[in-house]
Amino acid sequence: MQKIGVFVCWCGSNIAATVDVKAVAEAVKSEPGVVFATDYQYMCSEGGQARIRDAIKEYGLTGIVVCSCSPRMHEATFRKTAESAGLNPYMVEIANVREQCSWIHRDMPEATEKAIILAKAAIAKLHLNAPLKAGESPVVKRALVIGGGIAGLQTAIDIADAGYEVDIVEKTPTIGGKMAQLDKTFPTLDCAACILTPKMVEAAQHEKIHLYTYSEVESVKGFVGNFTVNIRKKARFVDETKCTGCGVCMTKCPSKKAKSEFNLGLSNRTAIYIPFAQAIPNVPVIDPESCIKMKTDKCGICSMNCAAGAIDYKQEDQIITQQYGAIVAATGFNPISLDKYDEFAYNQSPDVITSLELERLMNAAGPTKGVLLRPSDNEHPKTIVFVQCVGSRDTTDCGKPYCSKICCMYTAKHAMMIREKYPDTDVHVFYIDVRTPGKNFDEFYRRAVEQYGVDYIKGMVGKVVPHDGKLLVQGSDLISNEQVKIDADLVVLAAAIEPDKSARPLATMLTASMDTNDFFTEAHPKLRPVESPTAGVFLSGVCQGPKDIPETVSQAGAAAAKVIGLLAKDRLVSNPCVANSNELLCNGCSTCEKVCPFGAIEYIDKEVNDHGKREVRRIALVNEAVCQGCGACTVACPSGAMDLKGFSNRQIMAEVDAICKL
Amino acid sequence: MQAIAEKIKAKALELLENGTVNRVLGWEDGEMPYDRTPAVFTKDELAELKYDHFCGANLSKYLIAETKKDGKVLALLKPCDTYSFNQLIKEHRINRDNVYVLGIPCRGKVDVRKLRARGIEGILSIEDDGTTITVHTLYGDETCPREEALLERCLCCKGKEHKAFDEVIADDKPYVEPGHDRFEMVDKLQAMSSEERFAFWQGELSKCIRCNACRNVCPACSCLSCVFDNANSGVSSKANVDPFEEQMFHIVRAYHVAGRCTDCGECSRVCPQGIPLHLLNRKFIKDVDTFYGEYQPGEDTDSRGPLTNFTKGDVEPSIVYGGDK
Repeated sequence: MQKIGVFVCWCGSNIAATVDVKAVAEAVKSEPGVVFATDYQYMCSEGGQARIRDAIKEYGLTGIVVCSCSPRMHEATFRKTAESAGLNPYMVEIANVREQCSWIHRDMPEATEKAIILAKAAIAKLHLNAPLKAGESPVVKRALVIGGGIAGLQTAIDIADAGYEVDIVEKTPTIGGKMAQLDKTFPTLDCAACILTPKMVEAAQHEKIHLYTYSEVESVKGFVGNFTVNIRKKARFVDETKCTGCGVCMTKCPSKKAKSEFNLGLSNRTAIYIPFAQAIPNVPVIDPESCIKMKTDKCGICSMNCAAGAIDYKQEDQIITQQYGAIVAATGFNPISLDKYDEFAYNQSPDVITSLELERLMNAAGPTKGVLLRPSDNEHPKTIVFVQCVGSRDTTDCGKPYCSKICCMYTAKHAMMIREKYPDTDVHVFYIDVRTPGKNFDEFYRRAVEQYGVDYIKGMVGKVVPHDGKLLVQGSDLISNEQVKIDADLVVLAAAIEPDKSARPLATMLTASMDTNDFFTEAHPKLRPVESPTAGVFLSGVCQGPKDIPETVSQAGAAAAKVIGLLAKDRLVSNPCVANSNELLCNGCSTCEKVCPFGAIEYIDKEVNDHGKREVRRIALVNEAVCQGCGACTVACPSGAMDLKGFSNRQIMAEVDAICKL
Repeated sequence: MQAIAEKIKAKALELLENGTVNRVLGWEDGEMPYDRTPAVFTKDELAELKYDHFCGANLSKYLIAETKKDGKVLALLKPCDTYSFNQLIKEHRINRDNVYVLGIPCRGKVDVRKLRARGIEGILSIEDDGTTITVHTLYGDETCPREEALLERCLCCKGKEHKAFDEVIADDKPYVEPGHDRFEMVDKLQAMSSEERFAFWQGELSKCIRCNACRNVCPACSCLSCVFDNANSGVSSKANVDPFEEQMFHIVRAYHVAGRCTDCGECSRVCPQGIPLHLLNRKFIKDVDTFYGEYQPGEDTDSRGPLTNFTKGDVEPSIVYGGDK
């Protein structure tokens, strides 16, 4: 028989305001095995923990139940408390009477009754607890960063500087990401390339960093400290080891009609191309969709002109398998598709563009060499209308409910730069709110309004109609309460940003959770913002939520710090709550092996002694170092052979029975 | 049918004589002429082998024990039995090397209970011309429309194709089965209010005498030790005086075979109380088909069952419950 102590926490008023904690402590005293029960204002405090330690010693407790917050918050705390008093830490059960009780009820008698039931269920489970001992697993001292934009680069550089190997997997042919496409950066207006390319070079030249560009993560297995990842290195059709980056192939390529992805379709590129001049690696890639040789077998000009003999039309995808201790998701973002916003005529007129397209039109390396010309006729636009919040803060099906966070600032930047370069241009900005919380951000915006005379109009644009070479913009000015009509030459839409489409399948592979907008979820929104709830998976950049470059870089560094903290450990204490299979009950059906997400179960032929009957049977064997204790196998096992230490079927049934008895 | 039975015997004899197999798993006479019982025959006993409209019993499950023995056994499998056979192969329960599967034709099996309900007694044998069944009895001949005499599972026949075989005896005159919708009754139950549905199942399951016939015949219930016999499982049989226990037994059993049940219908066929147990399984089958796409367990030996597989296209729980996303 266990000697059980029950400790009911008030959590200040979090629990005590809704649950009669004294009544709970009193009610459980009559439960079998309970020799001590008390309540205290903050069980997690030093004073509360001292009470637990004292009671363990005084009453010779063999197990304790703490009625408090979620085990995610303080289970580890109370296990340590128990251990320091000489109790096995796995003889601790938490009854969650806060999140699952006081916070979701208003009526005190009802909440108290439920708290008592939860406590009794925990006591029933504790009766069947057995002391467990944690094992250890080694840590592979190598990190994988998925995404080679500024977030991924910064994380990789920081990890590598700490002395650990880092691989960056980037799905496009070059690292650099969205930042490489930008012209200037707010609020200092330094050129994006000038500050990004040194980072790109630093990453490429770092002896601890290995780049896999034009590559994607194919599969992820394993667990924190020991992931096995398959990386698909897509065929470039150019041998990276031979190519000298001379660029002759691109000048000779006769297929010149493909749309440049880097310039967002505003210019054309050849079939063999590097996305932009500073691309890393400086090795072209052949786009099989537009390559004449690939489509008709009649060309081969690039190959004939390549002095290095680097062109290989028969190159195939390569799968690279690598072990990692930690994985960082840095998959970034894209502007949303504007197909559903017919009112802004984005698909009807080439002169209605997104802000990212404007970045290319203003960039010296862009399709217009940095001269602002409108796409339809290559004329200088004289009247420009910016529309903010296109798809952001939009609760209809078309857009996103969240604020994209960066648009207010880049719109102010665009407006200011246009007024600076072309003072004869009228610039109007339609906005819902201007949000500028950031160092030197509001000053920057004020400068656009006060110094550069940008016309900010509070209100939304209702319609943009292309007419006779102009764009008729109709909007409302909420401050003067009147309709505004502007004949514009160019309309720039601040399209909402959304996580890159590759994020969701990646989250599935990583078993990392996502929110309804496909942003990765943090382990805790305030206290663990760069960690995924999945151990060993970290988050960097916009894949976690909208953010600008300074924020991205800080978060990238924070993610790196977390990774370094993990990789610095030689061994991780593993969870002793792992599955094990009863060889006499196992049918050898392989069901558990199929549902195990960690590949922790294998089957062996083993001679068993079933009550005197000796025979060789096919049975399941759990690798305890790999098992994460998720319990999927225990519910899938038809015969009940598979069970989970610390959460055995009998323990769960005992909890259910205790709840149903009342 | 007589001709088919003779062909089967001839083939069995050939395989026994050429040493391919050393025994035959088939059916013999039971206590009554219509009680055909699974049995294993040596060459000398082959005359006792029977194959007719009463041989409903699915022989696949017997192969778990038979294929552990020395030498190859010849298994006579009807088309629908081969689904269970494949499922057991997939679950590593049958040693495929120790069995020779002879696919045998099936022209539907008779539900003796249905004949009895028509007042037909003293049943001796059956003749079937594809539309009408003639029952020879101790008291003379009786006739009955075929559709009213066949087992429910035969009215929803999965087809005449064998999904696993080493050799097949073809049917020179295959019958076209009625092709009833197997989910008709499931739909009716779903359309009921929860009170009506509870009353229906309470009425049916309260008839249960816990004889375990359904469990023992079920090819998906192949555990070495059943959770209901394991005191540590937390669900072992307690008292069968409690109606709740019976209901839980059948519901838990349906959960255990969900995604693996081939809908062979043996549970309902053998139930001495006539409980339509197959309806529980069919509800699961329908749900699996709806949520994960149509899937027939036992169609093959290598596909992953939807409930033991994870794909990126799997429904989210909120879809199951009819939420927005």
